[in-house]
Amino acid sequence: MSTSPATDIRTEEMLLNVGPQHPSTHGVFRLVVKLDGETITEADPVIGYLHRGTEKLAENLTYTQIIPYTDRMDYLSAMTNNYIICHGVETMMGLEIPERAEYLRVIAMELNRVASHLVWWGTFLLDMGAMSPFLYAFRDREMILELFNELCGARMTFNYMRVGGVKWDAPPGWIEKVKDVVKHVKKQLPDYHKLVTGNEIFLNRIKGIGHYDQRTALDYSLSGVMLRCTGVKWDLRKDEPYSIYDRFEFDVPTATEGDCFARYQLRMAEIEQSLRILEQALEQFPSDGEIIGKVPRVIRPPAGETYVRIEAPRGEIGVYIASQGKDKPWRMKFRRPSFVNLQILPELLKGVNISNMVVILGSIDIVLGEVDC
Amino acid sequence: MLQWLNQAPSLWNTTLFAISAVLLLVVLLGFVTYAIYFERKVIGWMQLRYGPNRVGPLGLLQTVADVAKLLIKEDTRPKHADKALFALAPILAYAPAFGVLAVMPFTDKIQFADLGIGLLYYVALSGITVLGVITAGWASNNKYSLIGGLRSAAQMISYEVPLVMSVVGVVLMTGSLNLREIVLAQQDVWNIVPQFLGFVVFMIAAQAELNRTPFDLPEAESELVAGYHVEYSGFRFAMFMLAEYVYMFGMGTLITILFLGGWLPIHPSLSFIPGIVWFILKLLLYVFFQFWVRATMPRLRADQLMSFAWKGLLPLALFNILLTAAVISYQNGMF
Repeated sequence: MSTSPATDIRTEEMLLNVGPQHPSTHGVFRLVVKLDGETITEADPVIGYLHRGTEKLAENLTYTQIIPYTDRMDYLSAMTNNYIICHGVETMMGLEIPERAEYLRVIAMELNRVASHLVWWGTFLLDMGAMSPFLYAFRDREMILELFNELCGARMTFNYMRVGGVKWDAPPGWIEKVKDVVKHVKKQLPDYHKLVTGNEIFLNRIKGIGHYDQRTALDYSLSGVMLRCTGVKWDLRKDEPYSIYDRFEFDVPTATEGDCFARYQLRMAEIEQSLRILEQALEQFPSDGEIIGKVPRVIRPPAGETYVRIEAPRGEIGVYIASQGKDKPWRMKFRRPSFVNLQILPELLKGVNISNMVVILGSIDIVLGEVDC
Repeated sequence: MLQWLNQAPSLWNTTLFAISAVLLLVVLLGFVTYAIYFERKVIGWMQLRYGPNRVGPLGLLQTVADVAKLLIKEDTRPKHADKALFALAPILAYAPAFGVLAVMPFTDKIQFADLGIGLLYYVALSGITVLGVITAGWASNNKYSLIGGLRSAAQMISYEVPLVMSVVGVVLMTGSLNLREIVLAQQDVWNIVPQFLGFVVFMIAAQAELNRTPFDLPEAESELVAGYHVEYSGFRFAMFMLAEYVYMFGMGTLITILFLGGWLPIHPSLSFIPGIVWFILKLLLYVFFQFWVRATMPRLRADQLMSFAWKGLLPLALFNILLTAAVISYQNGMF
């Protein structure tokens, strides 16, 4: 026998089960990966561990009762979820929203976007073994949650918006506090860039990793940062302005690399843009006025169908409402950005080293409550 | 203490030797206990937290409570684990960690064994720990442990090469492998100045040898859950953790001796401060540095880690040897 030593060694593929209890799957997400050595040959995401049937439940609830259920979808940015359902019903009924309510909504949504991106930033770095950014991010997020607590009495599941306006008015002095927090976050961002963005180890780990092109992104119907990192300038706040977003000046940051680093930079840039919107909104905030418009006591959208969509921190969140003129929807469908964005994961993981797995998954920025809904 | 070793064995000197060994062990475990406390406190401060502050005054008894908890925990073993190897692995990792301390000259008087090849002894013995790690990874019969164990073996073996190469410069300058003589040769200037390149390489390689951030891949929590010791619990787990911290002590001691002038004071005029104080100060400086790095850095990727060792550190270490040899030859008038 004169075979070379390399052919004598019998190798076989290893099936590795990542999750549902794993520190880097950001929730109860399971990923079955086939490994050839340390290279992933196949990745199969398994979802549904957190499925609660929100859409089905909604069929037996009045529109106001559905709002707290949306809090539990993307629990890191519940304000945008609140908004989408209210926005859908308001569109169907053609309701007029008072000025003050619109400003409160925008302030709440943009604060929530900042908080959501901060959590992403912290956990993304935690996946890479850097502990401190996580705690810094949570300090700043804590300030925002405190603001929400004062505004609506909840830190995560706000149940703040109502069809036609918002439930609670800003308490006295709240606007000043928001201004302080915006200033604080703005002051911290350069420090975070110094700590993380310039770090050579960090750059080596995420540059050129998890790359895809514009065509693929569009084919997978990606949205939000996942789409903008390939050069498509698409932000619903700009392209299909809803609420009062057409009154503010802000940029839509885009990149063309389509890798994890591009997504990192875009999310960080989006925090800055959100702060810009917040500054303008706080400046223009009307000193008095109604917080909820003239809404019938029982909300009955006219029979028909509507799809509305807005820009959530993770991408395009939409709701499709089919009404038969009753006080409960006949059918309701949520387009959840995390769910749609996650679909590209198997393609991104094919052929990469297993140590890139958590980075790629982290860069997609999923919230399992929203994926499973 | 060396003279005891050379005496004929008698009840008296055997007892004395055993007592001092136990004493060192106790001091060491005390150090480890408070190194963990210190680490949690320092990192806590860096991360806007308090760190442990509930058990005992200022949380001083936190680690004691943690170790006690680990001691009384159930010792679980996976059903399909290799029984014998599973039990052996923590010992293999733990014993050499203590063994290396025998040759360390803490001051000019406190040293257990003054070996002529002290440095080689350290390197050789600490190499055994890799066996413990890979055995643990294999014996656990868990995929995450296996990946962690193999990564760990690859990493520790790769970084041992630049680690040893980087101290060759020091050995060349001193002309001895004896740790005591290495310290005494630094009377005028510490090795960190003439051997700065070697020092940098050694610091980085040491970090990788200790499996600490940014080279903490073997126990990369976010990727491998915990790496090679994921299946260990109770006291066996404690042994791995203790081994790691004892190595930190060992590595700190070695760096102090090789590059920071051991027990020698910064300036001869400060020699009224006892040598042991100087030694502890330098050691603590190193330990603090470790924690500082841990709170700052993200983790390297496995393949980058390997190429960094072979393509980055090793050539630097070899260049350092060449440079040192050339300078020494020049001083001896060979050119």
